[in-house]
Amino acid sequence: MDIINDNIDVSEDEVVLTDDMFERVGTEGLSSEKLNKPSITYWADVWRRFKENKLAIVGLILLVAVIVTLYLGPTISGKDYQYMDSSVKNLKPNSEYWFGTDDMGRDIFTRVCVGGRISILIGLLCTLVMFVIGALLGVIAGLKGGWVDNLIMRVCEFIGNLPYLIIVIILTLVMGRSIFSLVFAMSITSWVGTTRMVRGQVLQIKENDYIEAAVALGADMNRIIFKHLLPNVLGIIMVDVTMSVPGFIFGEAFLSYIGIGVRPPEVSWGSLASAGQLRLMFYPHELFFPCLMIVITTLSFHLIGDGLSDALDPKLRE
Amino acid sequence: MDNNGVLVQVNNLKKYYKAGRNATVKAVDDISFNIHRGETLGLVGESGCGKTTCGKTILGLYGATDGEVLYDGINIHKLSSKEKKEFRKRAQIIFQDPYSSLNPRMTVEDIIGEGIDIHHLYKGKERKDKIFELLDTVGLNKEHASRFPHEFSGGQRQRIGIARALAIEPEFIVCDEPISALDVSIQAQVVNLLMELQKKKNLTYLFIAHDLSMVKYISDRVGVMYLGHIAELAESEELYRNPLHPYTKALLSSIPIPDPKEERKKKRIPIEGEIPSPINPPPGCKFESRCKVAKEICKKQMPELLEVENGHFVACHLIHK
Amino acid sequence: MISERILEIKNLNVSFKTYAGIVKAVRGVDFYLDKGETLAIVGESGCGKTVTSKAIMGLLPSSQTIIDRENSEVNFKGTNLLQLSESQMVKVRGREISMIFQDPMTSLNPTMKIGKQIAESIIIHENVSASEAQSRALRMLELVKMPNAKERLNQYPHEFSGGMRQRVMIAIALACNPNILIADEPTTALDVTIQAQIMDLIDDLKKELDTGVILITHDLGVVASVADRIQVMYAGKIVEKGTKDEIFYSPKHPYTFALLKSVPKLHVHEKEKLYSLAGTPPDLINPPIGCPFAARCKYGMKICRVKYPMTTTFGENHESYCWLHHEKADASDVPELLLQRGELNG
Repeated sequence: MDIINDNIDVSEDEVVLTDDMFERVGTEGLSSEKLNKPSITYWADVWRRFKENKLAIVGLILLVAVIVTLYLGPTISGKDYQYMDSSVKNLKPNSEYWFGTDDMGRDIFTRVCVGGRISILIGLLCTLVMFVIGALLGVIAGLKGGWVDNLIMRVCEFIGNLPYLIIVIILTLVMGRSIFSLVFAMSITSWVGTTRMVRGQVLQIKENDYIEAAVALGADMNRIIFKHLLPNVLGIIMVDVTMSVPGFIFGEAFLSYIGIGVRPPEVSWGSLASAGQLRLMFYPHELFFPCLMIVITTLSFHLIGDGLSDALDPKLRE
Repeated sequence: MDNNGVLVQVNNLKKYYKAGRNATVKAVDDISFNIHRGETLGLVGESGCGKTTCGKTILGLYGATDGEVLYDGINIHKLSSKEKKEFRKRAQIIFQDPYSSLNPRMTVEDIIGEGIDIHHLYKGKERKDKIFELLDTVGLNKEHASRFPHEFSGGQRQRIGIARALAIEPEFIVCDEPISALDVSIQAQVVNLLMELQKKKNLTYLFIAHDLSMVKYISDRVGVMYLGHIAELAESEELYRNPLHPYTKALLSSIPIPDPKEERKKKRIPIEGEIPSPINPPPGCKFESRCKVAKEICKKQMPELLEVENGHFVACHLIHK
Repeated sequence: MISERILEIKNLNVSFKTYAGIVKAVRGVDFYLDKGETLAIVGESGCGKTVTSKAIMGLLPSSQTIIDRENSEVNFKGTNLLQLSESQMVKVRGREISMIFQDPMTSLNPTMKIGKQIAESIIIHENVSASEAQSRALRMLELVKMPNAKERLNQYPHEFSGGMRQRVMIAIALACNPNILIADEPTTALDVTIQAQIMDLIDDLKKELDTGVILITHDLGVVASVADRIQVMYAGKIVEKGTKDEIFYSPKHPYTFALLKSVPKLHVHEKEKLYSLAGTPPDLINPPIGCPFAARCKYGMKICRVKYPMTTTFGENHESYCWLHHEKADASDVPELLLQRGELNG
């Protein structure tokens, strides 16, 4: 690189054609196999693209804010979610009771926080079950093909056509109203979409030569699934997962609303909303806050999901 | 088992696929040939001729519908899974598309090292050293090991693919159109590399391509395929100077030569029509519908691949007379 | 026969905005095309040949493309196409200048009959009745030697093979008898026997209709049979231009030597190593100062890395851009290799 020292500060037009400029140097010092851009892993690149999307970052911040509030809120407010003080019934939001109180004198803010933990927990658990079952079945269906694929797809169709609400009601009646049974009931039919989506991705990825290359090297099924398939399917699964959580939160809210959600004294946003709805005409704040939390949480998951989807889209690269 | 230096024996190999209710695609339809140790056998043909299917069936990536493939005397389609894993160490493949043959989520180091990992050949520092050595062999360097496929050009990716195939030290490599997707000057890089490696490591190649000029350059012998059959097989120079099969003649005359004087001199043998579909092909010679000199027998009976001169095989009734 | 100059490109510069920066795809390109001649633009991927042709046709996405319309000219029969509005360009495309692409599968509408697609291109540009357009469409199919043309008019693209579809593309492109046909890698995706048929067809039609053809390709074999003049592009610039014989038999630029030497010739029995260029073309976001080929050129000199070479003329049409031609450069070891070409055939 010292070779062009003499003229380095001179613009191209001013270069002087002296004899020594015609000295042969070949390709010395100029490596054309060099990679110019710094190395960046796939996920780091996804993160970089995600960061550029302002709405996605807003979503992320919102979600973090919500979660921090849910877990630290009650500690800061110092109240207990079950403590009843009949002297402060139905108060509007004020400096002591930030979200006001309900008709039994309980602090709504703390109840929203505690309830929120349950709602989000249920959302996450259901999503986890959906993801595990869906991804596994999707991979097996896509990889094996033939009758296995056929069988799994027919099962999907059957289960997908079952009336969701009736199943949930029957299961909760049979299994009782615990968090476990709620999660079970909601996720038992939820994995169908994920299975189809993962299967589609697997079918696409299977077309790539690197899968055949792995087989040619002697890789067994395990290796192909865990080293080659899943990492490449993960992207799309993540988007699906992110978009599913709010669906389950809302689902739980709905079930609680119609009375078969979490059993008191446990609270969830849905059960709070259900109770609040009865007093909508006089004390709207009791319905408002749980709903607000549901809306904010759902919105943030969607924004993140959208952002992820764009960040993962190979066509939007470059 | 050394069988006159024959490493791969393909005997009456057939590979058929079902395509709908009554349709069978006869991708490879009764092919027989040998590949000798240390040689490069080229396989050329146009789309639908079955050359890629042939190559992958020889490696056992596809099962055989009929016939057999003997690798060093062993029938590779009748191996147990343990034996098959062992076989993988001896025969490898390089793919055509540099953009889909490397896992985008793996580093170059892991891609090249995959074979090493699967067969537990080296660990730790030894493994790293082996990988660096391979990178160097293919003209890349150590810094590239921690990078990802998308950071490389097509030619570089092909070289990574070659390093991957070489990692487990095979004796036989099927090169499936390894240069078709590359630019002209990069093709030369990759071909030179392959030839150098062959000398250094005494490799045997099955070189599959549709570019006859390149195949003739790199191969010792060349087989011309048409719709699942071998039409002609001879030493590369002999095939060019003395083509016997009407298809080979027409093919050679269609290849544009990058030399205006030669092009002006060349007499083109026009070949009309299109390559017929490999689904439910006609019973006689597959080339009959486009052949200018076809006779009655060509419609009815498929000609066998027979040796007409020393090492020169043709499947054509007119030549067999 | 006096050759009429129908296209003249002056100082064409095209850049694209990308997330990584501005890619300078075409950097100062000049060339011309006469009526009835075939100009081949040869180069590898990323050299700018397709971008050049799309710039002529006005087909580059306006939001990402930067063309210097003040200082560049695309002169078609006296009119600067770069100064035309989109509605004016629409009248030029298909009628005066047509283009065919590499992949006919994606260029044809899968839901429309072939006859209708050909007729459509006629109706858009000329004031004729639908039946007149249909009969002209039939004539075009016959002109491109489509067997059973009459039945084929009523078929859909998926009923045609790759080679046949390319014929249809040619029929559509030539339907209004344009002055220029730009063929961008028209046979790269086709089998070699079909390729020969299509190239023959383009050549015959060119002679019959007196169309000028710009052929974009990386295949030197195709160029050797149909081109009249050739220009070689590298990293967005033209490095050499000349007649076919000049380029093949007395190339003057090291990149041209390299290209010619890296292709094995069918008629030559050579078992030496193919000449190969190390490395890859440069990054066009920060194109190197000086000659872009310096990083891969074994004849490179200090000056090559600092200043872009001047133009040297070798014949009426033969120009090259390389410091080796300068009087101060020592060119004694540079092989006049292709002059030996004819003698190597033994």
